[in-house]
Amino acid sequence: MNLIASLLCGLLFGAGLLVSGMADPAKVLGFLDLAGRWDPSLMLVMAAAVLTALPAFALARRRSQAILELPASRRIDARLIVGSLIFGVGWGIAGFCPGPAIVSLGMGQWQPVLFVAAMLIGRAAYEVVEHLRQAS
Amino acid sequence: MIGAAAGLLGLLTGRVAGISAIVGGLLTSRRGDSAWRVAFIAGLIGSTLIYARIRPLPNITLDAGNGAMVIAGLLVGIGTAYGGGCTSGHGVCGIARLSMRSMAATVAFMAAGFATVYLLRHVRGG
Repeated sequence: MNLIASLLCGLLFGAGLLVSGMADPAKVLGFLDLAGRWDPSLMLVMAAAVLTALPAFALARRRSQAILELPASRRIDARLIVGSLIFGVGWGIAGFCPGPAIVSLGMGQWQPVLFVAAMLIGRAAYEVVEHLRQAS
Repeated sequence: MIGAAAGLLGLLTGRVAGISAIVGGLLTSRRGDSAWRVAFIAGLIGSTLIYARIRPLPNITLDAGNGAMVIAGLLVGIGTAYGGGCTSGHGVCGIARLSMRSMAATVAFMAAGFATVYLLRHVRGG
């Protein structure tokens, strides 16, 4: 049940990225390029997504506090901000964030493969560093 | 559709649809916790196949070269790991949950994205 739900949500999520044009890095860079010909569509897509998800999360929270697995931390700390800044730089270089990059794997081009492989290596490096830090 | 997918995943499976976390978790997750991740990712990739049957896939234009692609991938991998989320996890799900953390993170990565594109396109590229 969970598997089918996950698969269908993945399909719907990916289709949403494709229909909205957000799978295209050029479109994303158009949004990030404030000084050029600014394309606000990413913000509109995001706002629409937030508004759609909002009642669902409100419902999920009320129905079952225990079921929804939320991130434990509530602190706004340096890790959160610095990590997000680093992510933003990478996002600005490629125009890819993780979702669209994965969707693009299905398009038969190999540059997204490079990007996703590098992304996994970055993630793995983080896991190794954190593991060493906790061990010491 | 993106919001509906994120909301439905939350309602049906109790998971937050943060792509970086779903993918990153594959590297560390215990047995039994990875199948739903694989299913979701299969859905993401599979969406192109279904879409392609209905109408032609949108062209994706990649400005960045191969080297830049690898550097960007590394930065995104490390950044989302430390920051605890990406555009979907913080930007869509987090804000929809009214999380202050996610709003702060979204402001941070958008600001960095704006600054990076500005530097690359208008300062360096002229």
